[in-house]
Amino acid sequence: MAKRIDVSGLNAYYGSFLAIEDISMTVEPRSVTAFIGPSGCGKSTFLRTLNRMHEVTPGGRVDGKVMLDDENLYGPGIDPVAVRREVGMVFQRPNPFPTMSVYDNVAAGLRLNGRYKKSEMDDVVEKSLKGANLWNEVKDRLNKPGSGLSGGQQQRLCIARAIAVEPNVLLMDEPCSALDPISTLAIEDLIGELKERFTIVIVTHNMQQAARVSDRTAFFNLAAVGQPGKLIEIDETERIFSNPSVQATEDYISGRFG
Amino acid sequence: MDISTQNPTSPPTPQPTEAEAKRAARGATRPGDRIFVGLSRGSGIFVLVLMGAIAAFLTYRASIAISKDEANFFTSFDWNPAGVPPEFGIAVLAFGTVVSSIIAMAIAVPIAVGIALFITHYAPRKLGGTIAFVVDLLAAVPSIVYGLWGVLVLVPHLNGLYGWLDTYLGWTGVFEWSGGPARSLLAVGILLAIMILPIITNVSREVFRQVPRMHEEAALALGATRWEVIRMSVLPFGRSGIISASMLGLGRALGETMAVAMVLSPTFDINASLLDAGGGTFAQNIASKFNEASPMGRDALIASGLVLFVITLLVNGAARMIISRRKEYSGANA
Repeated sequence: MAKRIDVSGLNAYYGSFLAIEDISMTVEPRSVTAFIGPSGCGKSTFLRTLNRMHEVTPGGRVDGKVMLDDENLYGPGIDPVAVRREVGMVFQRPNPFPTMSVYDNVAAGLRLNGRYKKSEMDDVVEKSLKGANLWNEVKDRLNKPGSGLSGGQQQRLCIARAIAVEPNVLLMDEPCSALDPISTLAIEDLIGELKERFTIVIVTHNMQQAARVSDRTAFFNLAAVGQPGKLIEIDETERIFSNPSVQATEDYISGRFG
Repeated sequence: MDISTQNPTSPPTPQPTEAEAKRAARGATRPGDRIFVGLSRGSGIFVLVLMGAIAAFLTYRASIAISKDEANFFTSFDWNPAGVPPEFGIAVLAFGTVVSSIIAMAIAVPIAVGIALFITHYAPRKLGGTIAFVVDLLAAVPSIVYGLWGVLVLVPHLNGLYGWLDTYLGWTGVFEWSGGPARSLLAVGILLAIMILPIITNVSREVFRQVPRMHEEAALALGATRWEVIRMSVLPFGRSGIISASMLGLGRALGETMAVAMVLSPTFDINASLLDAGGGTFAQNIASKFNEASPMGRDALIASGLVLFVITLLVNGAARMIISRRKEYSGANA
């Protein structure tokens, strides 16, 4: 079930360093929102605040509000572990559990949530692998180690692992930056299918990718190194890439950056 | 081949002869390379020769003793190599060595893994550093000091534990206690556990520290608690490291001499109870008897040393097998 994300007045720190300042935005359910911006502008940091992964970094700290429908992820008494079960994440480098088989990788999240019968588990694993467009490639080697797959397959395995627990939101942190163009295309197609079921937020350095996969695009920037990153604007992707309302956005997407 | 010759701007070089090409492929064309290759190859060969020499010495002297042994060398409970005819066997020593080492491992491995996990994943940085330092200090204590501590402090304080074990688990026979001094195989096992704790902790700690952050984040992002992260990412990644660490510890426990000789009250006898005095280990037996042994007695002791050598080799081989069987699942190829 996809949920709406509503962020208001969010700051994130590394120790005493303010990494992103005063971010407010809304992410619509069943849509793809892309974050673009130069390196160091805090888009990955911001992404990681959406499933409370930022605070696992030593010194990581957040204030502000992230509403998932009507629940504040940073409200009192909210367990970050529970948040992460609701908001799935795919990382820059494919990171299947190296000691687990393909099957166990997909089942890993379910096993955290409780006991499943073997047949139920088989169904979820098959459904998730199909959902990640990986089933046909791995159905004969479900018991082989996940680390034996190609990079693109590993990344789709990670997506299967993330969607197996039926999260409300799927966060992707530059999911294609370690992949070749064909694997990238496979993931992009997959993102188009997954947005029917999930709210998707993707960080990317590749502006064509943002233009291809996303419905809305957010541009982040920072005034200078050592300054906090800020959200410059968020709008329909088409508008951002044709007629953005802020000059800095236009400079960035047209390559006149810096 | 020199890199500059592949530079398109440099003049073409004459084709190297076949012999030169071969030499170049081996990478030993410059004097520095040749010296380094020689040194490292020599070191490699040296360790093989050394190992072979030790094995040959042990086998030769052992064969002299075993050929004169009138009792079964492997099953006899006697140790009387100076007698006429000489009768001796290693059954008691093998039993004592293996049992005390198993006790040590059973106690030390879980505690060491626990300490290593605490240092790397739970403790605040400063506290973790302090604990790591203290564990390192434990490794620096000489074994004779452990022996003194064992016999003067540990053994007198074990009476309470022995009494408790006898009361509640005495019916098993293994924990039966007739009330003598606690200088038994269990005391030795406990002392050995303390002695091998540092090495197992240190190696495990290093392995846990190397778990790639992205594997831990993979688990965290699925909604794993800290313990589940450890179970899903850290322990599987560190598995082969824990095994190697344990084997290093086991090697030390099997061969530990002075501390065992000081704590154990040796009898040449296998006792079903771990609490009653008795038993012996290879190393302890050699240390206690070597000085007063006859030439035949020395050869017999060397024969027992050969058995310890073989047991250690087998343990290491088994450990390597366990590690390599899981290689395709190990974190190394990630």
